[in-house]
Amino acid sequence: MIMNDNNSSKTENILIKMIRKTFIGMGVLPFLIILATIIFTILSDNFLTARNLINVSRQTTYLIIVTMGQMLALLTGGFDLSVGTILALSSVVGALAMSAMNAAFPDSVALVIFVGLMAGLFAGLSVGVINGIGVSVFNVNPFMMTLGMASVGFGIALFLTGGVPVYGMPESFSDIFGFGRFMGIPTPVLITAGLIIIMYFLVNWTKIGRYFYAVGGNIKASSLSGINTKYVLFLAYLFCSSLATISGLLLTARLETGEANIGVSMPLESIAACVIGGVSLRGGVGRVESVVLGALFIGLIQNGMNLARIESYLQTVVLGILLIFAVAFDQFRQRLIAKSQD
Amino acid sequence: MLEALNNAASEPPLLKLESISKLFPGVSALSKVNFDLREGEVHVLFGENGAGKSTLINIVAGALRPTTGMILYRGKETHFPNVHSARKVGVHAVFQEFSLIPQFNVTQNLFLGMEECSYGFLKKRKMHKQMKKILERLGFELDPRKKIVHLSRAKQQMVEIAKVFGSDLSVLILDEPTASLTEKETERLFALIEEARNNNVGIIYITHRMGEIRKISDRITILRDGHYITTVKTDSVTDNELVKLITGRVIDKIFPAIYYNPTETILSVKNLTTADNSANSVSMEFKKGEIVGMAGLVGSGKSKIMRACFGIEKIKSGKIIFEGNELTKVTPAKMLGMGMFYIPPDRRNEGLVMMRNVRENITLAALSRLKLSLYSMFLKRKNERELALDLSQRLNLQPLKIERSVDLFSGGNQQKTLLAKVLTKNTKLFIFDEPTVGVDVGTRAAIYEFLRDLCRQGAAIVLISSDLPEILHLTNRTYVFYRGKLRTELKGEEITEQKVLANFFEKKAA
Repeated sequence: MIMNDNNSSKTENILIKMIRKTFIGMGVLPFLIILATIIFTILSDNFLTARNLINVSRQTTYLIIVTMGQMLALLTGGFDLSVGTILALSSVVGALAMSAMNAAFPDSVALVIFVGLMAGLFAGLSVGVINGIGVSVFNVNPFMMTLGMASVGFGIALFLTGGVPVYGMPESFSDIFGFGRFMGIPTPVLITAGLIIIMYFLVNWTKIGRYFYAVGGNIKASSLSGINTKYVLFLAYLFCSSLATISGLLLTARLETGEANIGVSMPLESIAACVIGGVSLRGGVGRVESVVLGALFIGLIQNGMNLARIESYLQTVVLGILLIFAVAFDQFRQRLIAKSQD
Repeated sequence: MLEALNNAASEPPLLKLESISKLFPGVSALSKVNFDLREGEVHVLFGENGAGKSTLINIVAGALRPTTGMILYRGKETHFPNVHSARKVGVHAVFQEFSLIPQFNVTQNLFLGMEECSYGFLKKRKMHKQMKKILERLGFELDPRKKIVHLSRAKQQMVEIAKVFGSDLSVLILDEPTASLTEKETERLFALIEEARNNNVGIIYITHRMGEIRKISDRITILRDGHYITTVKTDSVTDNELVKLITGRVIDKIFPAIYYNPTETILSVKNLTTADNSANSVSMEFKKGEIVGMAGLVGSGKSKIMRACFGIEKIKSGKIIFEGNELTKVTPAKMLGMGMFYIPPDRRNEGLVMMRNVRENITLAALSRLKLSLYSMFLKRKNERELALDLSQRLNLQPLKIERSVDLFSGGNQQKTLLAKVLTKNTKLFIFDEPTVGVDVGTRAAIYEFLRDLCRQGAAIVLISSDLPEILHLTNRTYVFYRGKLRTELKGEEITEQKVLANFFEKKAA
């Protein structure tokens, strides 16, 4: 009996050590995913099925793309609150251009789609360019800069559409980019996978990627090392807006309409995904893999809550709580790291 | 005088520090320092930069806690866990760093933390009246309604001083209070100190100016490299003896013999003035194969002028000629490209990206090199790792873990990481700004050998240092700065303690 007790306490010790190690190494995310999976599996029979999980990954692609852009802004020590607006503006402008072109040249579908995509891209990127110039050249605080641009862009999107969804895009646009499949895999998932690979390569294997970390970690040291810090900051916001734009256009294809309010939840969700994925709000720290996992986690709990029939208003409450929870635990983790290295 | 001394002997001193030590990660700032302060005396703390004076007063004022040792206040053992608790018993300090809220006006700052209230509402008029009274008593010409941001540095200093003189004092700590004051204001301050002394306040005073020491102090405690050297009565020592006491050393052995071979001029500076006038019409020359020292007190312009050459400080006028080319616009990126490398003194804020690893920090300035990236875009991480590992080994980084983040290393090893950066590029002129700040003796010796090797290889080296022995032992030519001006140039045998120091301090009015 006594022996037995001893044994169980020993295994308990090993378990605690393992939990501790995982927590220090990977943060709170693995635990949250396990916890969420257990809870939702209990709440709904349909949750832990291959079909549902594929569904989750498809639905989450749009958030994943935006989150990777948000990560770049966070890495440099800022953030981008205008990602939602970029989604909206690219969606509305792209859809308007496409429907106008479609009315004029109904036969040349490829041209119509191309012009629409370019118009959307132009609209989204211009927000990023203005953000970048404001933050890097005029030294405007990223919070105010992107908050201001969020208001400007959203206003323009509403003004252009009068608040009404834009119809009249060629059907093949949605067929390809929204619902299309290539070798059985949905196009948006494929595109997202490609973007994840590109982003991983960008931040880990290119000079500019390294500079994002350096500038966010210590802008003075970077400048003394000969880095053009203004250019790096500018690129961070430009790249962020490019990713948000791509997400906006893909979402437009999926919805088959251009809408001004598609990105409203994006700023919060993308920052939440980054922070839950271990990106430091002070800049200089963050990994693409973890951030993607963070976005997937948010998709997972949204899906789980839907299946468990939790009201959508309550879902935002849960998301907010999780975000604060994750940050609080990250502070705790920083202390553990400092301790374990002594 | 005798009577006073006898008195002090019978009664416990106002404040007594016994065997105080303070360890910071990787450095020992104070080791077993003793200090005592009597009522009604002005006690000067004297020593070079980094001797531990600031650490000591921070401990007395409650801003830092000693690692070991005891503080006795009026004979009783006391702990000051924070500044507030020290203030409660009347220990007040005026630090060099101001503790004013810039957006508040003079009155608001003075009453900060002790506002007059009734039922939770501020009694603004009452405070304003009291403020006027305090300023009148102190004889300061200050407008109580003016915001701190709109005041000059001297006036801000006066507000800071008014803050402590407005409260109940038993111990007053002043850290170079006259640094930014004019003559008239200084006189006024000395009168106030005299008054406080007559009221039995004990005053700890830090200054670098011999004249002030002579004028107001009773005793002097000398610190050197964090160690207590001695305490002397002011009227029993000469200036020369004092200088010997603050610099006297036995660590000569850590300085290597250096072979200088000055050849062609690489950088010349002509009548350079920085935009903020921190360095004023300075002309200098630097040659390959020599180590040129830049000496002077903190704030004398010795660092600012080199920062201007590297493109960090804005330039008002003057010329910079590097390898025969007159430069119009200098930026760090351009100067790095031309072969100049500046290593800043503050590794935490300016030198290193603390949360990134050693490898990334070492190679950061050199990623554009062919060896490290393809088309200056795609990183060759294998080469990068090899280079970083090689340099870390050469500088004896401990532990030799280049993937570990920099903030987990000791101060000395962080400094080695910073120094390794200069070897990643083809550098012809090295500027080291306080390269041994906050590092232990062992690392110091390694850094000096590093400088020697660079010099032997024919590089031009500029050594900006507030550490006099470094200037004396490592340089073959030294420029001495005083208040933004180049005061003198000393060569070879002329670089002696007396000659350098004579130009360090304010020349006494004859």
